[in-house]
Amino acid sequence: MSANQVALAYLVASIFFIFSLKGLSSPVTARRGNLFGIVGMVIAVATTIALTLNWTLIVLGIAAGGTIGAIVARRIQMTAMPELVAAMHSLVGLAAVLVAIAAVHNPAAYGILAADGLIPRGNRLELFIGTFVGAITFSGSVIAFGKLSGRIGSAPVAFLGQHWLNLALAFVMIGFGVAFMFTQEWTPFAVMTAIAFFLGVLIIIPIGGADMPVVISMLNSYSGWAAAGIGFSLNNTMLIISGSLVGSSGAILSYIMCKAMNRSFFSVILGGFGAAEGAVAGDAGEKKNYKSGSPEDAAFLMGNAESVIIVPGYGLAVARAQHAVKEMAEKLHAKGVNIRFAIHPVAGRMPGHMNVLLAEAEIPYDQVFEMEEINNEFSTTDVVLVLGANDVVNPAANVPGSPIYGMPILEVHRARTVLVVKRSMATGYAGLDNDLFYMDKTMMVFGDAKKVVEDMVRSI
Amino acid sequence: MEAVDPIMVNLTVFALAIFVGYHVVWNVTPALHTPLMSVTNAISGIIIVGAMVAAGPVPIDWGTVLGLVAVVLASVNVFGGFLVTQRMLEMFKKKPGKDEKKGH
Repeated sequence: MSANQVALAYLVASIFFIFSLKGLSSPVTARRGNLFGIVGMVIAVATTIALTLNWTLIVLGIAAGGTIGAIVARRIQMTAMPELVAAMHSLVGLAAVLVAIAAVHNPAAYGILAADGLIPRGNRLELFIGTFVGAITFSGSVIAFGKLSGRIGSAPVAFLGQHWLNLALAFVMIGFGVAFMFTQEWTPFAVMTAIAFFLGVLIIIPIGGADMPVVISMLNSYSGWAAAGIGFSLNNTMLIISGSLVGSSGAILSYIMCKAMNRSFFSVILGGFGAAEGAVAGDAGEKKNYKSGSPEDAAFLMGNAESVIIVPGYGLAVARAQHAVKEMAEKLHAKGVNIRFAIHPVAGRMPGHMNVLLAEAEIPYDQVFEMEEINNEFSTTDVVLVLGANDVVNPAANVPGSPIYGMPILEVHRARTVLVVKRSMATGYAGLDNDLFYMDKTMMVFGDAKKVVEDMVRSI
Repeated sequence: MEAVDPIMVNLTVFALAIFVGYHVVWNVTPALHTPLMSVTNAISGIIIVGAMVAAGPVPIDWGTVLGLVAVVLASVNVFGGFLVTQRMLEMFKKKPGKDEKKGH
């Protein structure tokens, strides 16, 4: 194959990737989108195999990795999607670093060996950028995986002067990278890479569990830029295009998550917001009264309502209650109740997480509404059932001076009756008491979400 | 005028790709943000192309081995990413017999 034919094939593959993401504009076209992505990848891989000599080993490698990927994809639980995504980011980051090392070792194989026997300076710059982004993505994602899967504590790890340390390390790392750019020696390259791995750990550990949706999106973005950086250094436009698509996607998701929490990206990255989950609210003040009731009471209220909106939060996913919720929704629907679901953009541990969990429970996606679509409907709704959501329904966000002031919330407090299912009165991530719980129209139902919903189903 | 340095072409492609990415991704419906993340994970497995070139040359040396390791890692992403995306998208299928209500 000539270089031009390869370039053309790569262009076709890139176009397929663009159409792949376009397909995700609606559930109807989405499956086709996934297929386009697969076709693009097949074209890219098949074209490249024709360029290599070692193709038996490579095919074995693809088969090995592919088998692992396929097994994991089949068996992963939807509640573990955030961990899976974090783990996969780490693999891309590491692969980018390995490719960069291989390119410095054998530039001729990539066609980036200049006449003077060295790699052109521009490519060296790009190699160092691709490497450090890849290394940070790898180690950062490993930490993110640890925090999400509970293997590492989700509380922020903070120590004095850590941000200055990180900044200093970043400068030192860039210094070594620049040294590499001028000399093409292994030592600065190796030191820069080592620092980058270390930095990846340091920038993720101060971020608390509640901010994980932003972190995962950010690392998603970085994995794309790492691929694009390698694309620059290898003069491969397909890598640049694909990497940029992924990088933009992650960046946009990070932005959406930050808007939905009303926090700036920097305040998230510099970390530390929110006490460990379950801390009792600091504001002792006067003893506040709340009403509590049984699942049977709640079922009665819902069965007699005309319209019910269910607000699922991450607690629902943790309790694995989504199938019980589906049963309850069906029974209510059979009684003629108009039942809808309202999702806050940061519900769950990653963007769109609750939507997938509900879809898995076979709740039709046209019963599921985003916050902007449904917020005006709460005032005309009879009963709202809050399942494992907390800060996203706290009307304190509308009160200037509150720590969560300005955060967009689901206006649940405007409904006629509110039912809140929780395990206890402990606070959520923001460490704040929730004003909603103490309103007259609110009835708390204490217990494990799954058990409570199952009891409700029996009583409807 | 002398010929343009490849980096200029790369920068042009980079800039255009970001614009395309921006517009395409903003059009993804929020309900599909999780599959978006898993499919972009799969697409970032495109690094496998770089890995394959590293693993390509004979005789085999440590650079080739690194390339092979990278091929395995990237393959996990490609297969895992596309397959888990497909699994999730299947969940968003309408069951036969349900009324077609308005989509959004």
